[in-house]
Amino acid sequence: MSEIRTRKVTRRAVLKIGAAIGTMPLIKVSRAFAEEPIGNYPAGVSGPSAFVGFTVPLTGPYSAEGNDLLRGFKLAVEHLNNGGGLVGKISTLSGKGVLGKKIEYKVADTQTQPDPAVQAATNFITNNKAILIAGSVSTAVAIALGKVAQRNRVLYLVGCSGANETTGKDCQRYSFRSQQSAYSAAKALAPVLARELGRTRKAVYLVPDYAYGHSVHQSTSQFTKEIGWTDVGAQICPLGTADYSSYLLNIANSGADVFVNVAFGADAVASTKQAKQFGVLDKMKMVVPNLSAFQAKEVGAEIMQGVYGTLDFWWTLAETNQAAKLFVDSFEAQNNYKPRWPAHIAYTQMLSWADSVERAKTFSPVAVIKALESGHKLQMPVGEVYFRECDHQQVRAVPVVVGKKPSEMRNPEDFYRIVDLKPGVDVMPPCDSVGCNMPSY
Amino acid sequence: MNWPLLWAQLFNGLTLGALLVLVAMGLTIIFGVLGVLNFAHGAFYMVGAYAAYAAFTTTKSFLIAIAAGAIVSLLLGVLIERILIRYFYKRPHEDQILVTFGIGIIMVEAVRAHFGGIAQRMPVPKWGEGAANLGFLYYPTYRIEVLGIVAAALIILYVALYRTRIGLVVRAGIEDQLMVSMLGINVTRTFLVVFGLGSMAAGFAGVINSPIVTVDPEMGAPVLVQAFVVIVIGGVGSFWGAMVGGLIAGEILSLTSMVLPAYSNVMLFAAMALVLILRPQGLFGVQGRQ
Repeated sequence: MSEIRTRKVTRRAVLKIGAAIGTMPLIKVSRAFAEEPIGNYPAGVSGPSAFVGFTVPLTGPYSAEGNDLLRGFKLAVEHLNNGGGLVGKISTLSGKGVLGKKIEYKVADTQTQPDPAVQAATNFITNNKAILIAGSVSTAVAIALGKVAQRNRVLYLVGCSGANETTGKDCQRYSFRSQQSAYSAAKALAPVLARELGRTRKAVYLVPDYAYGHSVHQSTSQFTKEIGWTDVGAQICPLGTADYSSYLLNIANSGADVFVNVAFGADAVASTKQAKQFGVLDKMKMVVPNLSAFQAKEVGAEIMQGVYGTLDFWWTLAETNQAAKLFVDSFEAQNNYKPRWPAHIAYTQMLSWADSVERAKTFSPVAVIKALESGHKLQMPVGEVYFRECDHQQVRAVPVVVGKKPSEMRNPEDFYRIVDLKPGVDVMPPCDSVGCNMPSY
Repeated sequence: MNWPLLWAQLFNGLTLGALLVLVAMGLTIIFGVLGVLNFAHGAFYMVGAYAAYAAFTTTKSFLIAIAAGAIVSLLLGVLIERILIRYFYKRPHEDQILVTFGIGIIMVEAVRAHFGGIAQRMPVPKWGEGAANLGFLYYPTYRIEVLGIVAAALIILYVALYRTRIGLVVRAGIEDQLMVSMLGINVTRTFLVVFGLGSMAAGFAGVINSPIVTVDPEMGAPVLVQAFVVIVIGGVGSFWGAMVGGLIAGEILSLTSMVLPAYSNVMLFAAMALVLILRPQGLFGVQGRQ
């Protein structure tokens, strides 16, 4: 007995000593927490400026969206450095840089492909000591860059990406998304469809064969089933298909009365044009769960009239929202056209980031992430927005729109009427359902 | 089995195939005569569509648009042959691929710099609007007309190649370039004409396809890939090979997408692999050609 006790005591003593020794460096670390180098902090912000790397597709199938995105980023940087636009409306922002440091940036063309995007981001991180990476127009690129950001512990703002995975199973501690997910878009759209098109519809889907397409198909099918619709099948087509005749014939023969077109960008334009030529649009109503940025302009109002869909942002929000007006007016003054939703994403993401840096009072990524995760609310062009801690998805309203008749358009860019602005909290997936296993700081 | 649908898809394959034939024809005569694998061929297809679009927006005439697309791609082809391609005839294939690939990139990005990355709208001409009743299906009128237009273009090309003196020289050039020049025939001029005509075939296909597909700077890339598959199936450098290969490719794409849409391109490449295994020179190709 006594022998055992002795041994016990001995072991406990050893553990105590070990624990004491073990915690000593920990105390040191936590005291020095803010100064500890993380990613490019503090090296990247030791001078008078902070460097931001923009990874946007200027060539490749999504170059039109990429250009719009880039213009949004540039406008945000200009306003952050010199004031103007929404910067004056957000109390933390001075219009004299971020934490007094001027924002400098470089742009890399990602060619709408993950490999060049990863290369560009890595280059920004290692050679330019970037404190922030931002941009993508493709879920494939967004997910790849999220991993780069996490590995290098440098913050990343997603840009355009609609798939659920971006803030689902591929979520990252170091990346944040403001665009609504396919889930939220579908959930916002479904009640409008029930009201406008009825509850007994049969829907057929045209689905581009990659993460985004399947994500949108799955979510739209799920929520339209809840309003009573039937999913009579999907035509899965390769990304970049030029001729949709075979798919459209199958769609015309599917017995459906609603054509849900999930194709994006140039694919959306080709498939919509051909659907018109094959008479599909005369027989069926078209629904586009996520409208591409320039789709109406590219296809024309004659075809887009009566089409229901959602957008991250539409410029007529400026008629009811002061923040939207500030953004739309300053963008249009600089670029001579109405901003599309990629520009809106770029602009507001940069301001959200700058605000969180100011609130954290440091560029240290962990502190900035915590400031973003805190649920701090900002007044943005779609209303009040904040990021969720559990998956880094922004909670924001989703505009549901319908294409106007050519005769209803007040100007050449007046393509859509906003039929609903669904509050973000009503359309968010529950945190435990998104499959996000958030990595550590 | 849904028979009307099958018929409809067979018909679809025909129209899709007809356009591939036209693009592949340009590619195959250029390779046959000049021995150059033209990776800029897809870019000529795109330039044809953009030239037509530009002409259409200013004149509102579809016929002028067709003419503009064909002429611009012809002139551009001639120009590029003179200032670049002709210096590469004697160089290895890798050099030719690199230079034509580079030309293609420059053309695509030049168009993007001028017109922007946004897709441009090219409407169906007045005489092609609506759908026609073929008995077994309603089919867009314009696509039926495309069949006729392509057939007419191919007949003209056939006559030019098989019934004229320059056609004779071209075909002789395909067989034995050295012998032709030893006979005192100006091969250089023939090469120029062939490259121009080949480019024009691509540009012309781009024009007549422009009301159907998306007119954007990237539109040529998938067409180029499919045209390569077509000439591999049909036999490189063969008129009838491009013809039959194009129609086979169109039907494979169309019929596969009826049952297994995601596999339509896979089946196309599988067919190509099969041809390469069983008949490496292609269906109409001649064995041992360089």
